[in-house]
Amino acid sequence: MGGLTDLTMAAALAGLGRGAFSARELAEAHLRALEAARHLNAFITETPERALAQAEASDARRRKGEAGAMEGLPVAIKDLFCTEGVLTTAGSHILDGFVPPYESTVTAKLWRAGAVMLGKANLDEFAMGSSNMTSYYGPVENPWKRRGDNRPLVPGGSSGGSAAAVAARLALGATGTDTGGSIRQPASFCGIVGLKPTYGRCSRWGIVAFASSLDQAGPLARTVEDAAIMLGAMAGHDPKDSTSADLPVPDYRAALSGDIRGLRVGIPKEYRVDGMPAEIEALWAQGVDWLKDAGAEPIEVSLPHTQYALPTYYIIAPAEASSNLARYDGVRYGLRLAGDSLDAMYEATRAAGFGAEVKRRVLIGTYVLSAGYYDAYYLKAQRLRSLILRDFTTAFERVDVLLTPATPSAAFAAGEKMDDPIAMYLNDVFTVPVNLAGLPGISVPAGLTADGLPLGLQLIGRAFDEATVLKVAQVLETAAEFTARPVTVLNV
Amino acid sequence: MPLDKTAVAHIAALARIEVPDAELAALAGELSQILHWVERLAEVDTSAVEPMSSVVKMSLKRRPDVVTDGGIRDRILANAPETAQGFFAVPKVIE
Repeated sequence: MGGLTDLTMAAALAGLGRGAFSARELAEAHLRALEAARHLNAFITETPERALAQAEASDARRRKGEAGAMEGLPVAIKDLFCTEGVLTTAGSHILDGFVPPYESTVTAKLWRAGAVMLGKANLDEFAMGSSNMTSYYGPVENPWKRRGDNRPLVPGGSSGGSAAAVAARLALGATGTDTGGSIRQPASFCGIVGLKPTYGRCSRWGIVAFASSLDQAGPLARTVEDAAIMLGAMAGHDPKDSTSADLPVPDYRAALSGDIRGLRVGIPKEYRVDGMPAEIEALWAQGVDWLKDAGAEPIEVSLPHTQYALPTYYIIAPAEASSNLARYDGVRYGLRLAGDSLDAMYEATRAAGFGAEVKRRVLIGTYVLSAGYYDAYYLKAQRLRSLILRDFTTAFERVDVLLTPATPSAAFAAGEKMDDPIAMYLNDVFTVPVNLAGLPGISVPAGLTADGLPLGLQLIGRAFDEATVLKVAQVLETAAEFTARPVTVLNV
Repeated sequence: MPLDKTAVAHIAALARIEVPDAELAALAGELSQILHWVERLAEVDTSAVEPMSSVVKMSLKRRPDVVTDGGIRDRILANAPETAQGFFAVPKVIE
């Protein structure tokens, strides 16, 4: 049944529609794949009973002619989304045993559209990381390997389990969240499509919060069309999230016309960073040519404050995280360690419950918000954030979309870059500015390194213009003819 | 400005995270390195720039100030490490 796990969502919907197979058969094929690929550690919790029950309910709905937009499609859910009655960990020890009594808005919308949950995907602890090495539940292995080199590679992060599951054909798609690149970077490392929508496009309600002005949920999938299908099911206004936008959700699939004639594509010169591998530079130039061949007009633009985006992010994100993570105190849910006083209980619980990277960020965040330092760090970063947004706004007066590399390198080996936090932060150099400006961005697999690892290109669009981003992404995808597969899939 | 062990101990106390004395020096080094890196922002003149506090330009919606939820005490308490008589239980705070 390998064929069923290799389908795109679009093809699976067509097959289900004409009765070639049932949602139950599709779910069973994926559950078998999950079991065979446990060594990847892509899931923290598998939910086979729920998957089969949802699949049977889906088959019943289809028989009654009530099929939703994702009817019968098995997906993985990043374990940052609260799922009613199913353990939700955020990859952290401090949420030990937490079973939410409610469902996040995005997952509720997916179930309403007919999707089927296979399980909760592994992630960096509280979505803080670019390698999936910070998860309390252990690292995820990238299904790809360098040619002739058997060492395990990281899948990227923080949505590393989601990306690995989709790339290894364990799920047709997965939810992710992206605060500084956590959907696009793992998508790039795993050779799949990852879309971060505009801030406000998807509800944040019921998603464990990391940095509330930056967090946004989005889809990971194997094709641009599948990402369009899944975004359509996830997006929309939610009265429970006051920052969710009350705007109509376009038919993203219908926007994939393939016609980008006359479209202006900005090439930001500041994204040509020192030390960028020549093959990434070459792929970027190739991407420009592909879009030009399709009738688009490349225009060089300048985003002068790009170099300040990472330092700005590493003030704002930890500041918001230190505030959001104050709720983990051993009182209402999760881990508790004993202490003689209330403060001693808090301090012992948080010391045992948080991992090293989370502690680092909470401490940095606490410092930059503390009396006497707030203006110099936090307020300064908010001012820089205004300038970074202004750079994009100015560029979008001249162009319709921006094309950049997705990451400054391909997937690296587990353990590399672990002793220097800043070296790890540099992974997100091309993705972080997009979060600071709240814009939509997508990573599309576009080529391979000399040793056979996937590389992605990123498209960035105007606020709430995911439709154009997806349309151009599909043109890139078609031109790139990316058909390579990870070794894990080849060996199954 | 580099942080010393005393400063890190103070921040850790504010953040309610216990840090053993033996780890303070290493942590001070890591945090100082990160702070030094973000202090690059000082080179940009932002005196005429407003801080950005909202990502998307929109006004917040209003709703009637009424109770929309309730009556789910046991579901809320279900995840608590310790409860007593329908309340969250914590170590004694008043002698």
